Amino acid sequence: MATNGTSENPAGSAPRRLDLRAASGGGLFEYAPAPESVRPEIADRYGLFIGGEFVEPESGSRFASINPATEDTLSMVAQASAADVDRAVKAAREALPAWSGLSGKDRGKYIYRIARRMQERTRELAVLETLDGGKPIKESRDVDIPLACAHFFYHAGWADKLRFALPGRDPKPVGVCGQIIPWNFPLLMLAWKIAPALACGNTVVLKPAETTSLTALRFAEICAEIGLPRGVVNIVTGAGETGRAIVEHDGVDKIAFTGSTQVGKMIAKAVAPTSKKLTLELGGKSANIIFEDASLDQAIEGIIEGIYFNQGHVCCAGSRLFVQESILDTVIDKLRDRMSSLRVGDPMDKNTDVGAINSKEQLETIEKYLGLGDQEGAERHDVCSSSLPDKGYWCRPCFYSGVQPSHTIAREEIFGPVLAVMSFRTPEEAISRANNSPYGLAAGVWTDKGSKIFDIARRLDAGIVWLNTYNKFDPTSPFGGYKESGFGREGGRHGLMAYCR
Amino acid sequence: MTERLPIIKTYKLAIGGKFPRTESGRSTSVHDASQNLVAHVCRASRKDVRDAVDAAHKAQPAWGDATAMLRSQVLYRLAEMMEGKREELAKAIGEGGEREVDASIDRVVHYAGWCDKYAQVMGGSNPVAGPYHDFTIPFPVGVVGVITPDTPSLLGFVSLIVPVIAMGNACVALASEINPVPALVLAEAIATSDLPGGIVNTLSGFRDELVEHYSSHREIDAIHAASVSDEHRTLLREGSADNLKRVHVHGDVDFFDEDACESPAWIDPFVEFKTIWHPSAV
Repeated sequence: MATNGTSENPAGSAPRRLDLRAASGGGLFEYAPAPESVRPEIADRYGLFIGGEFVEPESGSRFASINPATEDTLSMVAQASAADVDRAVKAAREALPAWSGLSGKDRGKYIYRIARRMQERTRELAVLETLDGGKPIKESRDVDIPLACAHFFYHAGWADKLRFALPGRDPKPVGVCGQIIPWNFPLLMLAWKIAPALACGNTVVLKPAETTSLTALRFAEICAEIGLPRGVVNIVTGAGETGRAIVEHDGVDKIAFTGSTQVGKMIAKAVAPTSKKLTLELGGKSANIIFEDASLDQAIEGIIEGIYFNQGHVCCAGSRLFVQESILDTVIDKLRDRMSSLRVGDPMDKNTDVGAINSKEQLETIEKYLGLGDQEGAERHDVCSSSLPDKGYWCRPCFYSGVQPSHTIAREEIFGPVLAVMSFRTPEEAISRANNSPYGLAAGVWTDKGSKIFDIARRLDAGIVWLNTYNKFDPTSPFGGYKESGFGREGGRHGLMAYCR
Repeated sequence: MTERLPIIKTYKLAIGGKFPRTESGRSTSVHDASQNLVAHVCRASRKDVRDAVDAAHKAQPAWGDATAMLRSQVLYRLAEMMEGKREELAKAIGEGGEREVDASIDRVVHYAGWCDKYAQVMGGSNPVAGPYHDFTIPFPVGVVGVITPDTPSLLGFVSLIVPVIAMGNACVALASEINPVPALVLAEAIATSDLPGGIVNTLSGFRDELVEHYSSHREIDAIHAASVSDEHRTLLREGSADNLKRVHVHGDVDFFDEDACESPAWIDPFVEFKTIWHPSAV
């Protein structure tokens, strides 16, 4: 035991670096497969959750929700038409007076019940999320589902404290909220939308993404199970047309959308002539900036987590890496080294780091960008040594070096495990290049120099700035972007503003 | 002795700390309640909007970086300069002018005090479930287009611009269409205050001609408007669809009502909340 000070790095010891490839005979360490064994019950077909019960879609039509890791059909999900959306909005409208008239304390208790019931069913929800969306079970188990539960738990406590939350306002519910969420964090995005809406006394009509409806439908079951008053939460499944019906419905008082900037702009245009309130959480091309005085190994871990977490299907993914020139070669070597040990494959295996791409369509989008990256002259590094399964949608995580700011992969959101590495010389250059984007969602800065890191945090045009860390989320911490990454914040006290008049 | 023939003043625009004539070369006349000619004013064009936005962008970063205490003192100084022009402002307003000037000066004083308090009231520290220091602080959104009501011509103008500039934004404000003179007199007070040139740019002109250029300008980051027609409101909101402008259009406002008009809620739409995380474990 060291008796004095730190025992790490005793003077004179040679720096030791474990070469994973050499240690494991050129490949990954062999791990026995550790598949998750819980199998949640999945019905062959689902209806729409309207007015507190599952109902048939008016058209009777359904579409398949598939497991992107196997291409197997998991269930047939209802396609909600405009008429179905109308039923859902009416149910939400009918439920509104009683729900908003309930005491804050009782509203809070219902939300606490939801949180508790979700916590009790976390394993089932995690497996369902992974089967339906392709994300590694360790991420749905350790990140998505616990955060979703925490979101409800946190917001439950706001319901009877709203008058303290927003100085200068007399908070009143907005009314019926139409909420449209993406496929990258299905249940977590549902929680971000529904928890604050309910806490503030609103009722909701929520549409999950068409490729990931199952956890939202399971959530509907939980709402029924805990006795949430009918019509307070309505879940309508479907694709873009269903979303359009929500946006255009006269009975909706507020739209909250998380998704692409392109669709966000269409929604902004559609609601312009109305009195609907709007919050948008859109795309990003977030910069991760690493200085020569950073703790390099910690930074490499953060960069890897920043871009390969959830297969890069993250709106705030650190997809542009700016490396100070003096350490560029070192960082590239270390990235290659770290990437070589990423495990890509069966999302249900607890060892898996990178799972399946969410859909065939998204895989094609990513592959289009990989083609452009190669064509425009950047150098692709995809040294991960996992062998990819034959069936399902897979993309080998990679990064590009030699990227110019004008390259497509440095400008456009890819929403996949693809990192563009660029270099800079001075802090000024790093800031101006990081800010040179129409987006402004998140940013990361890596340096051990305190005054520098806070100055740079101040000057970055980003709604979330992670310093010496990346991709951290918490229900108390507001999330949302600058510029074309949207407006409004979700989470924390600030997130309540969007759901109060 | 014959009565002296007065000089009729032509008020120019206020852009970037200077007083240029409109690029369009157009002007209109302003009459008082008894239909006497009192002044000529510029009829600004799209080019003037664009010039003003450029000036605002040049000026904004330094104003946004100024300490909150300094911004507070500068705005208080503006109130002092307005007090000195009290009679001229009241006369420009006409009927009820004195009451309106008093309310306008008081509104400036109110928001001057918010500069160094807003972040404390509306920012915060977030108790995340982990070893992180996590906090949220407001930053200016950038350049704000402000469309002000016809009446009250001064108090409406002041009430819309001051919450915007208090937090470090710059603005391009369109004055009352019926009587832009009080806002243009205010521009002269601003020019002699310590407010840097380009933070408040004042235009006079017709909303029917100019609102669409505010809406479509990609370098305008947010819109603050009140008492606009439904058609203009839609047009302004459509600006969101272009570059995700933050558009805030008030309905009917009683600008003399302090409770309604003096609150951090008036500042909220014109800040970006930035949340910063840092590990706090060794």
